Amino acid sequence: MFNDFVAPSLYPAAPEIFLLFMACVILLVDLGVKSPRRTLTFVLTQLTLLGCAAITLLTSNTEVVYTFSGMFVDDMMADLLKLLVYGAVMLALFYSREYIQDRQAIPKGEYFVLALLATLGMLVMISANHFLTLYLGLEMMSLSLYAMVALNRESAISTEAAMKYFILGALASGLLLYGMSMIYGATGSLEITEVGERLYTYSVDKSVLVFGIVFLVAGLAFKLGVVPFHMWVPDVYHGAPTSVTLFIAAAPKLAAFAIVMRLLVSGLITQAADWQGMLIVLSVLSMGIGNLVAIAQTNIKRMLAYSAISHMGFMLLGIVTGVVGGDARFALNAYSSAMFYVVTYVLTTLAGFGLIMMLTRAGFESDELDDFKGLNKRSPWFAAMMMFVMLSMAGIPFFVGFFAKFSVLQAVVAAGYYWLAVAAVLFSLVGAFYYLRVVKLMYFDEPKIQEPIEGPLFIKVLVSANGLAVAALGLFPQFLMSLCAYALMRSLT
Amino acid sequence: MEMQKLYLLVALAPLFGAAVAGLLCRVIPRWLGHTVTIAGVAVSFIGSVLVFQDVMAGNTFNGPVYTWMTTGDYSFHVGFLIDSLTATMMLVVTFVSLMVHIYTIGYMHEDPGYNRFFSYISLFTFSMLMLVMSNNFMQLFFGWEAVGLVSYLLIGFWYTRPTAIFANMKAFLVNRVGDFGFILGIGLVLAHFGSLDYATVFAKAPEFANTTINIWGAADWSLMTVVCICLFIGAMGKSAQVPLHVWLPDSMEGPTPISALIHAATMVTAGIFMVSRMSPLFEMSTTALSFVLVIGAITALFMGFLGIIQNDIKRVVAYSTLSQLGYMTVALGASAYSVAVFHLMTHAFFKALLFLGAGSVIIGMHHDQDMRNMGGLRKYMPITWITSLLGSLALIGTPFFAGFYSKDSIIEAVAASHIPGAGFAYFAVLAGVFVTAFYSFRMYFLVFHGEERFGKAHHDEHTGDHDDEEVSHDHHHGLAPGQKPHESPWVVTLPLVLLAIPSVLIGYVAIEPLLYGGYFEGVIHIDKVAHPVMEELAHEFHGPLAMVAHAFRTAPFWLALSGVVVAWFFYMKRPDIPAAIQRRFSGLNAILENKYFFDKINETVFAGGARLLGRGLWRGGDVAVIDGFIVNGSAKVVGWMAAVVRYFQTGYVYHYAFTMIIGLLLLLTLWVRV
Amino acid sequence: MLENYFPILMFILVGLAIGVLPVLMGWLLAPSRPDSEKLSPYECGFEAFEDARMKFDVRYYLIAIIFILFDLEIAFLFPWATVFKDIVASEPMRFFGFIEVAIFLTIILVGDAYAWAKGALDWE
Repeated sequence: MFNDFVAPSLYPAAPEIFLLFMACVILLVDLGVKSPRRTLTFVLTQLTLLGCAAITLLTSNTEVVYTFSGMFVDDMMADLLKLLVYGAVMLALFYSREYIQDRQAIPKGEYFVLALLATLGMLVMISANHFLTLYLGLEMMSLSLYAMVALNRESAISTEAAMKYFILGALASGLLLYGMSMIYGATGSLEITEVGERLYTYSVDKSVLVFGIVFLVAGLAFKLGVVPFHMWVPDVYHGAPTSVTLFIAAAPKLAAFAIVMRLLVSGLITQAADWQGMLIVLSVLSMGIGNLVAIAQTNIKRMLAYSAISHMGFMLLGIVTGVVGGDARFALNAYSSAMFYVVTYVLTTLAGFGLIMMLTRAGFESDELDDFKGLNKRSPWFAAMMMFVMLSMAGIPFFVGFFAKFSVLQAVVAAGYYWLAVAAVLFSLVGAFYYLRVVKLMYFDEPKIQEPIEGPLFIKVLVSANGLAVAALGLFPQFLMSLCAYALMRSLT
Repeated sequence: MEMQKLYLLVALAPLFGAAVAGLLCRVIPRWLGHTVTIAGVAVSFIGSVLVFQDVMAGNTFNGPVYTWMTTGDYSFHVGFLIDSLTATMMLVVTFVSLMVHIYTIGYMHEDPGYNRFFSYISLFTFSMLMLVMSNNFMQLFFGWEAVGLVSYLLIGFWYTRPTAIFANMKAFLVNRVGDFGFILGIGLVLAHFGSLDYATVFAKAPEFANTTINIWGAADWSLMTVVCICLFIGAMGKSAQVPLHVWLPDSMEGPTPISALIHAATMVTAGIFMVSRMSPLFEMSTTALSFVLVIGAITALFMGFLGIIQNDIKRVVAYSTLSQLGYMTVALGASAYSVAVFHLMTHAFFKALLFLGAGSVIIGMHHDQDMRNMGGLRKYMPITWITSLLGSLALIGTPFFAGFYSKDSIIEAVAASHIPGAGFAYFAVLAGVFVTAFYSFRMYFLVFHGEERFGKAHHDEHTGDHDDEEVSHDHHHGLAPGQKPHESPWVVTLPLVLLAIPSVLIGYVAIEPLLYGGYFEGVIHIDKVAHPVMEELAHEFHGPLAMVAHAFRTAPFWLALSGVVVAWFFYMKRPDIPAAIQRRFSGLNAILENKYFFDKINETVFAGGARLLGRGLWRGGDVAVIDGFIVNGSAKVVGWMAAVVRYFQTGYVYHYAFTMIIGLLLLLTLWVRV
Repeated sequence: MLENYFPILMFILVGLAIGVLPVLMGWLLAPSRPDSEKLSPYECGFEAFEDARMKFDVRYYLIAIIFILFDLEIAFLFPWATVFKDIVASEPMRFFGFIEVAIFLTIILVGDAYAWAKGALDWE
């Protein structure tokens, strides 16, 4: 019965397997760690991520490799995104260390294990080539994140945020699954590349297919947090412990980008005319509402949540412009600009939340805009770093955010959507206001408290390096840009 | 590959010095500040010599060293184009810069901004190198703006002097006018050629020979003419051509070393370099060349006149620089690009020498710059005296000196040119020779010979339109009665001597290979049919010695000689004559005193008009429309919308879910067609 | 064709009989002396009719979650068990089929060990 069975190659999934193994080990090891700082757990976690990075690097090649009967794919885009995910998670955990240390209610060991499992989910999402694999990764990540949001059990606001996140997330999962089943119904395959091929060769029931695509886009939009599937974003960013907000704001965006690429570009590129139209609506709504509502916020975490909504909307513009009237000449340029955008956004947002966390102390959350008043007088260096982050997010030349916006806009113009480019620029201008307001608060207002920012030297160096990278990549963006373009060129067929 | 690293080293060594001296200017001691910057520039100079040798051996380079970014079809590079033109410029820039660095040790030794100054001039050297080594318009523009920025910073180096601030603001604004034209030109190039790389643009240029574009109304303009004139407007700003010259005399508010380096030898010649580099474009438009020629001729002659009546030693040299830049521009207009670059090179040496000599005099006079307070300095400052004499002889075009070869070549080139405006230009450059000789030796005699007028009551009333009384905190002003001037320290005189050598010799050595030896083959492109000037010159050229022999039979020599004699007669023999002339021709004198009213016109018409317009726009446009309606109005609307949209974020999870479902239904109704 | 469904028909009939017969027999045979306590439906010790949003002891959830965990484990093992013979019989699958389930069980065990060590299995 099973005589024609061939054991799947495990190499392409080596990082995931290693991560799963280490997550189990760390879960058990942590049971024996009694120190309140959980140094061993922390070190093991970071080493695991380093090990994953090493494995990913060692097993990477320029070919596209499928395994597990085509359920799992390992290509350059996956490798690059995975490496960036490790980096983002490692940075997030470094920044979180002191923060969770100061908060008794947060269980320390579980924090790291959940972070690792969420990372595993992201990796599976990035490498998914099958609806079920994708869903598996998505749920793995989401469940871990729900738990992480609720980790601070003494905080009512965290619990509320976790509850909302969970319920809405379940709803979104349902939408996604429903969309997948519709597409399965239309094409008869669950394998993403196979779906793409069948759409080329067979004629399918168009209305069922589009029905599925709508649900799929809705599910993806939830994960990206774009309007009108964004309602969870501000509450979760605000309610979650800042370290968890940082975690959610960074690496999962990379994974979300990956599943958008897998589902819409690899699988449904023939239906681009349909989903591009939907994404345009979502994108314009996100840029508009995200930027407008951010202005009214007084809490910097909430502000950054709306900022994230608008940024994801902007990023979608790059995905929208890949195919124009059946002409895919601009595809590579458009998708790599979107990838560059999301990567630089993650980098910038890490620095931003890293700095917010440096301002917090035991028993004091520094998440109101007023807490940034006069930061320049307290710590001129970190005020400068925060200014870099804000200017980059606002898209001021010559910070990396400018080039991200510039390359996306360039793709939009090349695709001929002039009105879209104009709208994007206008909304960015609106957005510049609230970023610059933070700069104004830091430099022109009097501080409420005088003492400079405290923190371990290593973290200070790390945050500084992160902040400087935002500036340096703005001066020399080419390396990262061409890296994104190369990875996509090797992965898209 | 090895050479590429060398190119990078040449460009980046001064940047390193500038970064160290600039970022740590409050921390490191003075000796370290000047050591690190001088070392950087010295490395750069040695590298330039090596590059020059390599280019002489026939190795040129054109390629990107770093791709800054690629977006769509365009990619922006940092790249180098190393050929004979670049190598020449690199040598000139690094050599003069090195001399000025050394000189500065002596000149600025009591200034509190010592390290800052070294940082700026090193940064300038880096920017200038980036400009000349560029292989594309973007980097050219970067270098162009960077040297402008450093120039701005250095003119206002003594930022507590209101005159210095006025001068640097003026330089900044006037250069913006030029840069506007320049960036329009670059934009046109990008729009029509689809590339910013020189090589690509030059290769494509012939395709656009007959392209016309419509700018205004019904008139169609040749694309190449528009591009070239736009680019040349940039050159007019940077190289101070009439009417954008007004900033250069005022830039003398900066310390003397930068007057020598930036406002005489290198930065102001960037325009000349740029036009030479763009010769394949300019050759395609005789109209643009005529424009260049006429502008240059006006500058050469009329700015020379102004040099005659100046009493501030630096301003005389400044007007002389303007006039000489005019000469170079004339050469460009006559399609004698190599001659322009040749004059650029000789001028860099002797004008830097004259400026540094003037600076040395200023040190000796304890920062008194008024020539009416000088006289007879020959005895007290022998090295300064002899080197300044050599510089002046080179400037007026004495046979065998550097200036002779380059300037005579320009005059002959104009004589051979037949494009519209050449007749006027020939007259202007010829008359300019007399004027140059006259003001140069007027200065020479007033400073170094005649009655010793220092140590007496000052002529405090300065020549310029600014009151110089608010002199900076650290500057003594003039010699006390009975005090004698003294020779400057060796760090000051050494650069003078080192600069005097090329000022005398370089013309004799370089003319034959540079102009007629195919040195710029393939670098400077000349349309031999339309503009056969260089061929005619080559036909008449029989070696540097023969050129001298020939010179005694031509007008320029005798004009120069008569200029010297008249100057001697007026200022040594009969000092009463100039005063009498001044009285007799008071109207003319008033015109010259007011510099043809350029500043007045600029201040009343442009600055005043701009202010009037500004006030009108402020009152009507800004306060009412923009502030009231657009800014505050839109801010209000945005704020209101933000407040409204915010209410959707109720916090109830069923509202959130409801929103999602509404969104889903929206997408379904919009896209699903059953 | 239709006779293939005969076992299902039998299954339905037997199922119905087992469900209906005891109730029928109780109704026929038992003495009927109702009081209010006897008439209220049996609901694990809770009041049948009260506010649905009542407080549960959080330990119920813990137990429930662990129960679901093991329940699912069994659900996954069933299909494996049905083809176990074939797996053992086939040469390429024999090792792989075993290891895969072993890994699955190990992960469950790790979770179990964790829950145990954290005291999730202790009621007090």
